Amino acid sequence: MNQWKNFTKGLLKENAVFVLFLGLCPTLGVTSSAINGLGMGLATTFVLAMSNLVVSIVKNQIPDKVRIPAFIVIIASFVTIVELTMQAFVPDLFDALGLFIPLIVVNCVVLGRAEAFASKNNTISSLIDGFGMGLGFSLALTILGAVREILGSGSIFGFKFMEGDGMLVFVLAPGAFIALGYLIVLSNKLNKKLSS
Amino acid sequence: MAKKESTFINMVVALFLVTAIAATSLGYVYELTKEPIALAIAAKKEAAIKKVLPEFDEVKSFKVMPVSGKDSIEFNEARLNGEIIGTAIETYTDDGFSGRFKIMVGFLPDGTIHNTSLLEHKETPGLGDKMDAKKSKFPNQFMGKNPESFKLTVSKDGGDVDAITAATISSRAFCDAVKRAYETYLKEGGNK
Repeated sequence: MNQWKNFTKGLLKENAVFVLFLGLCPTLGVTSSAINGLGMGLATTFVLAMSNLVVSIVKNQIPDKVRIPAFIVIIASFVTIVELTMQAFVPDLFDALGLFIPLIVVNCVVLGRAEAFASKNNTISSLIDGFGMGLGFSLALTILGAVREILGSGSIFGFKFMEGDGMLVFVLAPGAFIALGYLIVLSNKLNKKLSS
Repeated sequence: MAKKESTFINMVVALFLVTAIAATSLGYVYELTKEPIALAIAAKKEAAIKKVLPEFDEVKSFKVMPVSGKDSIEFNEARLNGEIIGTAIETYTDDGFSGRFKIMVGFLPDGTIHNTSLLEHKETPGLGDKMDAKKSKFPNQFMGKNPESFKLTVSKDGGDVDAITAATISSRAFCDAVKRAYETYLKEGGNK
C-alpha cells in the first residue's frame, strides 16, 4: 500500500472520531478546552503508534484465541508508561489530563487499529497507520476542544479574548454532543467534496 | 512465519510471555520515574505552602484528625527564626461536585486566613475549576479574612462568601474545606 495514503487516511477519510466514530468517550469527556484535547490526542497517538508497532511484530507468535487479552496487556503497558512519564516530567499537563490517561486503555480506537490493521499488516505500515490515526484523533479532539472553548469560555488555548463566561452549555456534556454533531456534518461534507 | 496454532500450550506460553515482558518493562519505568514523581509532588506541596504563608525558613508537618470528616488533615507549622509565623493546613472536602478535592489554607497566628491554594480537584472544567486562583478571583476573597468575623458559607446560605456563578456546589465545598481547617486549627489551640 502507498505509505503516504496509509498515513493521510487517518486524518480525514477514515478519521477515528468524525468518520469511524471510535473512541467517543474520551472525545466527549476531555474536550472542554483545546489544550486538553491536544494533550489527550498526542498521548493517544503515542500509545496507538507503539501498540500498533508491537502488535505487528508479535502478531504471528500470538495464537488467535488469546489475541485480545494479549493486545490489551500491550496497550495497557504503554498507557501506564505514558502516565508515569507524564507525571514525572510534565506534572502540569498531568494535572489537567491525569484522570483521563488510564481511559486510553479502553479507547476503542487503539484496540480497533491493533485488531483491524496491525494484526494483518507489516511493521512499517502499522507504525504509520498508528501515527496517522493518532494525529487524526488529535486533530479532531483539538478542533472540538477549540469550538467548545470559544463558545463556552470565550477563550482559545487558554487566552481569553472575550469578557464574561460565554455559553456554559458548551463546557458541559450536552455541548460536547451538539458541537460534535455539527463537526460531523462539516467533515461529511468535506469528505464528499474530496471524493467527487 | 506461520501463525501459531491455538493449542493450550501455545496460548499459555504466549500469554505468559506477553505479561512477563509487560510487567518487567513497567517495573523498569516505575523505578525510573519514581524519584522525579516524588520530587514533583514535593515541589508542588512546597510551592503551595510558600504561597499561602508569609516568608518562613522551617516547616514541621504532622497529621491531625479534623473536627468533622473521616480522614486526617495535615498541619504544616512554619517558623521564621524559631518563631511560629503561621500554619498551612492541607484540608479536604467531600462535598465537591465530583467528589473530594484538596486545598491548602494558610492561617496566621491570630487565625486570619493569609491565602489559599487549590491542590487537586476533579471539578467541571470551565465551571467549578474557577476555584483556582489562576482562573478567577474567587479565592482572593478569603485573603486577610478572619473566620471569627467572616462567615464561611456562600451568600445564598446567609454567609459572606460570593459563590462562583453556576458553581455554587463547588463554592460551598470550598467553604466547607476552609471551615474544616479553621475549626480543627482552633481545636488544636491555634498557635498556642
